[in-house]
Amino acid sequence: MSNANQVDPAKAAELFILHDQIHEPMHDRFLWATMQRRDAEAAAIPEWEELREIASKIKEHTLTHLDHYLEEFEENATKRGAHVHWALDAAEHNAIVYSILKDHGVEELIKSKSMLQEECQMAPFLQNRGIRVIESDLGERIQQLDGQPPSHIVFPAIHKTRQDVARLFARTVGTDPNNDDPHLLTEVMRNNARPRFLAAGAGMTGGNFAIAETGTFMVCTNEGNADIGASVPPLHIASIGIEKLIPRVEDMSVFLRLLARSAEGVPLTQYSSHFTGPRKGGELHIVLVDNGRSRRLGMPDFWHSLKCIRCGACMNTCPVYRRSGGLSYGATYSGPIGVILDPTFDEFKYSELPFHSTLCGSCTDVCPVKIDISDQIFKWRRVMAEKGYLPLTKRLSFAVAGRILGHSEEYHAMESLAGPAMVLAPHFLLYNRSLNPWGRSREIPPIAAQTFRNWYLENRSEHADIEQ
Amino acid sequence: MTTQTETINQKMLSKNARIGLFIPCYIDMMFPEVGIATLQLLERFRLNVGYPLNQTCCGQPMSNSGDEVNAAGAELLFVENFKSYDYIIGPAGSCVKQVRCHFDVIEQTADVKHIRQHTYELVEFLHGILKVDSFPWAEFQHSVAIHNSCSSIRGLGIAKPSEIMGVPFDKTADLLSKVKGLVLVPVDRPDDCCGFGGTFCVTDEAVSARMGLEKAHDHLRHGAEYVVSPDMSCLMHQQGIARHTGLALKYIHVAQVLNGGPF
Amino acid sequence: MQTSNSSRETILGAIRNNLPKNKVEHPRIPLFQRSGRPLKSEFEQHLKEAGGVAHDVPTVAEAEAKLLTLHPGAKVICSAVPEISGTRRVERVHAPHELADVDVGVVRAQFGVAETGAVWLTQEDLVVDALAVLSQHLVVLLDPEQIVCDMHEAYRRVRLNETAFGCFMMGPSATADIEATPVHGAQGARSLNLFFLPPKPIPALRVRQEPQ
Repeated sequence: MSNANQVDPAKAAELFILHDQIHEPMHDRFLWATMQRRDAEAAAIPEWEELREIASKIKEHTLTHLDHYLEEFEENATKRGAHVHWALDAAEHNAIVYSILKDHGVEELIKSKSMLQEECQMAPFLQNRGIRVIESDLGERIQQLDGQPPSHIVFPAIHKTRQDVARLFARTVGTDPNNDDPHLLTEVMRNNARPRFLAAGAGMTGGNFAIAETGTFMVCTNEGNADIGASVPPLHIASIGIEKLIPRVEDMSVFLRLLARSAEGVPLTQYSSHFTGPRKGGELHIVLVDNGRSRRLGMPDFWHSLKCIRCGACMNTCPVYRRSGGLSYGATYSGPIGVILDPTFDEFKYSELPFHSTLCGSCTDVCPVKIDISDQIFKWRRVMAEKGYLPLTKRLSFAVAGRILGHSEEYHAMESLAGPAMVLAPHFLLYNRSLNPWGRSREIPPIAAQTFRNWYLENRSEHADIEQ
Repeated sequence: MTTQTETINQKMLSKNARIGLFIPCYIDMMFPEVGIATLQLLERFRLNVGYPLNQTCCGQPMSNSGDEVNAAGAELLFVENFKSYDYIIGPAGSCVKQVRCHFDVIEQTADVKHIRQHTYELVEFLHGILKVDSFPWAEFQHSVAIHNSCSSIRGLGIAKPSEIMGVPFDKTADLLSKVKGLVLVPVDRPDDCCGFGGTFCVTDEAVSARMGLEKAHDHLRHGAEYVVSPDMSCLMHQQGIARHTGLALKYIHVAQVLNGGPF
Repeated sequence: MQTSNSSRETILGAIRNNLPKNKVEHPRIPLFQRSGRPLKSEFEQHLKEAGGVAHDVPTVAEAEAKLLTLHPGAKVICSAVPEISGTRRVERVHAPHELADVDVGVVRAQFGVAETGAVWLTQEDLVVDALAVLSQHLVVLLDPEQIVCDMHEAYRRVRLNETAFGCFMMGPSATADIEATPVHGAQGARSLNLFFLPPKPIPALRVRQEPQ
């Protein structure tokens, strides 16, 4: 793969920050406020940390027995009248969906939010084959109208101001560009989407969880758009990643108590819907999708990422994400979870992502299923270094530094040289990617007149631990 | 993930314990006063403190970038220098975390294991092992905002992270609250990362600077004159940004405050 | 589907090959200590926070009156409950599209959950699922005795294998997608008014005395 393919999150983040004095501060503020609501909800539950541990173990149990639970789910869902399909990869998922739609003569479908469908690039695939695809989630619809992917898995358009949305709607739906009241804009979308729900030949959803015990899958929304899509058109297709399985109905209580609190700082989403077989008078197809998940299961350092319940809390807490915006990651999944998932889709393309982090560790702490996200980010750095994906300047300077720092005489020689050198050429740094990046926003710290070591030799030489 | 070493729960430090002073490379070169303060402070407790002259670096710059091959030389030299000490104390949370958590690729000899189990950051050593309850020689008539580094909080357990539910604690605050005249100010985002992140501050310059600026404004907003931290690397970054922006904040290491100098 | 079947085998085979070596047991979910707070008031508080409104409505007549007060302009009131006749009975509805003009949907929830302010509604309660989400407004009847403490208890009560659709509905439809500003009435119900009204008692069976 050529260099041109590689995603540069630092550059994209810089553009987001420098764009104006409005967007990045707003983005940071909103997500920080969401985190504070999350903290307040969590603090109100004495067993919060215990719930995290239980949820983590339920997921680990399920994943270490995944084949069994998938078969149980399929059996129970089929018994209740659902059609269950299996898709090896994104291409097969799209082909299966297209085939079902074609069989039913569907010309227009309306869908609710699904990161999996985004991952499979399903919408453009279907549009190219003459099937109109309408996003019903407000945030997704905004992004669809703007020709952009979602920037956050829970708040797809959180990087846009209300003015951005008003101007977008004016351009695409024909409303007043100066009326940016969110209530009005939401009403516009409501009236725009309703006829589409009634006209659609099929409704598509994702699945937050799939319960093996009963063959049920769950969809959580605030708008109820998934429920309209499932209850109005005669055909309901659900795309579900194989990692979404959980064993029993009672397990759901643990996850639901954690999900919306982690994601938004509310006890539940407004609608937590359970679908078991087709509705009266309807038809239900479930597409179980692998697309690299079974391969990820076999990665000892990274399979815990499969526990993810797509809450987005890691994005909200990540100080880097809040200043970068989700689009800067150049992938379906952004933020800390994106950093550890995306390299499994394309190691070279996403080789910079693990470095778009300060390893602060906050993501690990907020993850409701206790994925060791920060540790995985660190481990991905080792993978990138081993594969030789570190930028050339870093590789060379680390080789030099490695040699020097491994030998004390060379280090002390460098110290006495570099001291004056750094004073004389303050903008020189071992690993700068552009001229003087440190100096752009910071003053260079001066080298001390006397190192600690020299002070020690002068003042404490009787304690000196050198071999005489 | 917090690492707790075995001996942090021991009640008494043996009088003859050999303490090895670990002075990170950037403190040696740029902030020797922090090293001096640390040494003088430990000596006040009549500890037997040695300073291996051949120490260089813990290997963090390379290790943090995933380059364990080139980190190994520094890591092995560290072990060689400090293996004969009972406790290794360093005034730097991120470096201590590096030793405890990321010396895991080099062969796990008895010496390596000993090092990983007995290397402490200064605050956690004073708080948990020496259990210091007063600093009579120190005075600091200023308002102070504490900055605990992410490594110290989430890697070493110096304070409860705000996102984890439980009984709050802050070892740095406990120690500083014993210094005469020192007034601790609360801040809006006590454990939101300041943006240093090692090479991150160079490779992700714009984001790093935004994070640092946010920190500085938070401290200013609450009337802090000084920002005090157990981690000079974070302070170096925040100070650089504050100076560049012309913000009136002063930055100082916790060792200097607890020792009463050098300032 | 031929392809899908072979994919099924490929996927299951790949999973079996890649299962992590150390198996993890299913953890036990303990019974958590409860706060002891009265269930109804906790339920009402969370419902309010979610944008719903609770009303104490002791009689059917008051329920009818209150509905008309809340929705004076309502032309189509589609009811799934015996207590309130409405202008259209959902039992007579065949296709969900017929509900597109419903101003107020009236349903009865099986139970509420104090921890969240949510109510449980199934296909059997709704008769036509779309009633829950196509109605411009919802009035939900709930027996105040039928409030469970938390989601753990709630999941012990639901019978997922007995219904094609079951929903924990917490307040009206909402979104915060524009500048994280909460807005109610996004796609589903614009409002949710909950009436605490026990169901009509089922009349006692009268045994007919056959003449000898």
